[in-house]
Amino acid sequence: MEERILMKGNEALAEAAIQAGCIRFFGYPITPQTEVAAYMSKRLPKIGGTYLQAESEVAAVNMLQGAGAAGARAMTSSSSPGISLKTEGISYMAGADIPGLIINVQRGGPGLGGIQPSQADYWQATKAPGHGDLHIIVFAPSSVQEMVDLVENAFDLSDEYRIPAMILADGLLGQMMEPVTIKKSEGGKKLPEKKWAAKGHGHKRAHNIINSLYLKAADLERVINERFERYKELEVKHTRCERYMTDDADVVVVAYGATGRIAKAAVKAAREQGVKAGLFRPITLWPFPKQDLKDIAKSAKAFLTVEMSMGQMVDDVKLAIDCKRPVDFFGHTGGIVPTPQEVLDKILKLAGGER
Amino acid sequence: MAVVFKRPHALTNVPTHYCPGCTHGIIHRLVAEALDELDLEGRTVGIAPVGCAVMAYDYFNCDMIEAPHGRAPAIATGVKRSVPDSIVFTYQGDGDLAAIGTAETVHAAARGENITIIFVNNAIYGMTGGQMAPTTLPNQVTQTSPFGRDISQAGFPIKVCEMLSTLEGSSYIARVSVDCVRNVNIAKKAIKKAFEIQSQGRGFTLIEVLSTCPTNWGVSPKDALQWLRDNLIPYYPLGVYKDVTEVKKEELCDG
Ligand SMILES: Cc1ncc(C[n+]2csc(CCOP(=O)(O)OP(=O)(O)O)c2C)c(N)n1
Ligand code: SF4
Repeated sequence: MEERILMKGNEALAEAAIQAGCIRFFGYPITPQTEVAAYMSKRLPKIGGTYLQAESEVAAVNMLQGAGAAGARAMTSSSSPGISLKTEGISYMAGADIPGLIINVQRGGPGLGGIQPSQADYWQATKAPGHGDLHIIVFAPSSVQEMVDLVENAFDLSDEYRIPAMILADGLLGQMMEPVTIKKSEGGKKLPEKKWAAKGHGHKRAHNIINSLYLKAADLERVINERFERYKELEVKHTRCERYMTDDADVVVVAYGATGRIAKAAVKAAREQGVKAGLFRPITLWPFPKQDLKDIAKSAKAFLTVEMSMGQMVDDVKLAIDCKRPVDFFGHTGGIVPTPQEVLDKILKLAGGER
Repeated sequence: MAVVFKRPHALTNVPTHYCPGCTHGIIHRLVAEALDELDLEGRTVGIAPVGCAVMAYDYFNCDMIEAPHGRAPAIATGVKRSVPDSIVFTYQGDGDLAAIGTAETVHAAARGENITIIFVNNAIYGMTGGQMAPTTLPNQVTQTSPFGRDISQAGFPIKVCEMLSTLEGSSYIARVSVDCVRNVNIAKKAIKKAFEIQSQGRGFTLIEVLSTCPTNWGVSPKDALQWLRDNLIPYYPLGVYKDVTEVKKEELCDG
């Protein structure tokens, strides 16, 4: 059964999570993601689920960790300052191979920053979502519909690989209303069996231990090496991106999330003026779609990353193309959203050979 | 030949890493005996802390999860809410529970979370080598209170049972000790009762166990027991602080 309805990004995300089989939610209020929690608090008690408002983001992520360790499909949601507090739990989850979904509806930072849309947590999400040698799977939707679709995908991959996943959204997507279709599975989604989970052995097997502590260096190294094999497989099989008119593009704009849409409008406008522009939009930020970018660099003359930050993705683009082409940056930070006109102006300058 | 003493099923058959004379071992045994006698092991999930008991996940035979420092009650909450018919306990030291994890402890109690906390109070940070804990006594010498805990600087110890029993969400809060056979038996009864209350779905239970740390107190195991009696019990009176099932105080207390 599928119907198209008008929904706010945050609420659509919450409903999509429920449809993906997540009925355990642990949160703490923070703008601009509060609608996720509010929606869950309305829906979950009616379907035998758990909505729990924790005493802090630290507690919420550890509740997520407990739920995940017990085999439940569970989620927590927050915005930038709250995600900083969740990094402890994210690291432990990564270290104990506990699946779970963390939503970051980003706002401006550092510190209390602001409450306007931002993409300033790219570094945190992709480089250091917690201490230690670890990655988490990071998705960056650019529309409410894509956010809805990625939620299920994020849960499924997180379960399959036993790696925590994050949806890196921003205030713009969270607050925006768009028509969406949310897939509804009759009788609820069938979830994978988790033989490793700690939920009581019922005297039917040896006790399961969920743990991230390895006191012997060689043991820890072995476990991490094994985990990095899974990261490698994920990278090969599940890296995602959108390429829009990149085949013959001279100037390729690289932008993700809501900024990807703004950049697309600018690319279309540039094409109307006869400028060969294209858009490369990473959908997974980790793993980063390196190979696709590298392929594009064979024909493109210049790259332009556009972000709502000071340019946190620029280095990843440079590395992906081995610095073989110039990579320029345009963006705003603090909660200011770049306009298509600003991006277009920058594209035109680059196309004209100006840097 | 009749068996008069054996390892509880809920304990694994591995040597523990605890120091000689440390009473962590006794407390493990009491928890395991309670799980055996109530036949709960199969549906129990234990949460190990960060502290000397970090490797409790290897010692208890039930499913186990190792928590970040202080977060065991939050982990326990996540498990219990996801698997409502499970029995969930945390096993935490005083630094874990009453310093870094104070918020998680207080709010689990306030919510009336249907879990059991075994709180091992040895008035010191054992694992990290004997620093001042939130329960270190006034004037007690530790590595980081070398001239004795100065309350004008370091403030006062936290009396966890007294504090949590004021919360409406708590159901059964008791302080026991394992310094002598009689108190060990009383402790056993209290722990068992906490698990019973949890299995009846009657809410938050916490048993504070006064315990020794001969290594970091710098005394022999025997003197450690005496030090506990002479110093900890007077400051942290034994007894039942809260009991929604209303068993009389004398039954459990040898204060
Ligand atoms: C976030 C964090 N901070 C500090 C530590 C270091 N640490 C390990 S055990 C411990 C103290 C444990 O003391 P307590 O809870 O009293 O338990 P005990 O060792 O006495 O049984 C500390 C501070 C840590 N592992 N994690
Ligand atoms: S350091 Fe203290 S608490 Fe830890 S095992 Fe040794 S005696 Fe026990």
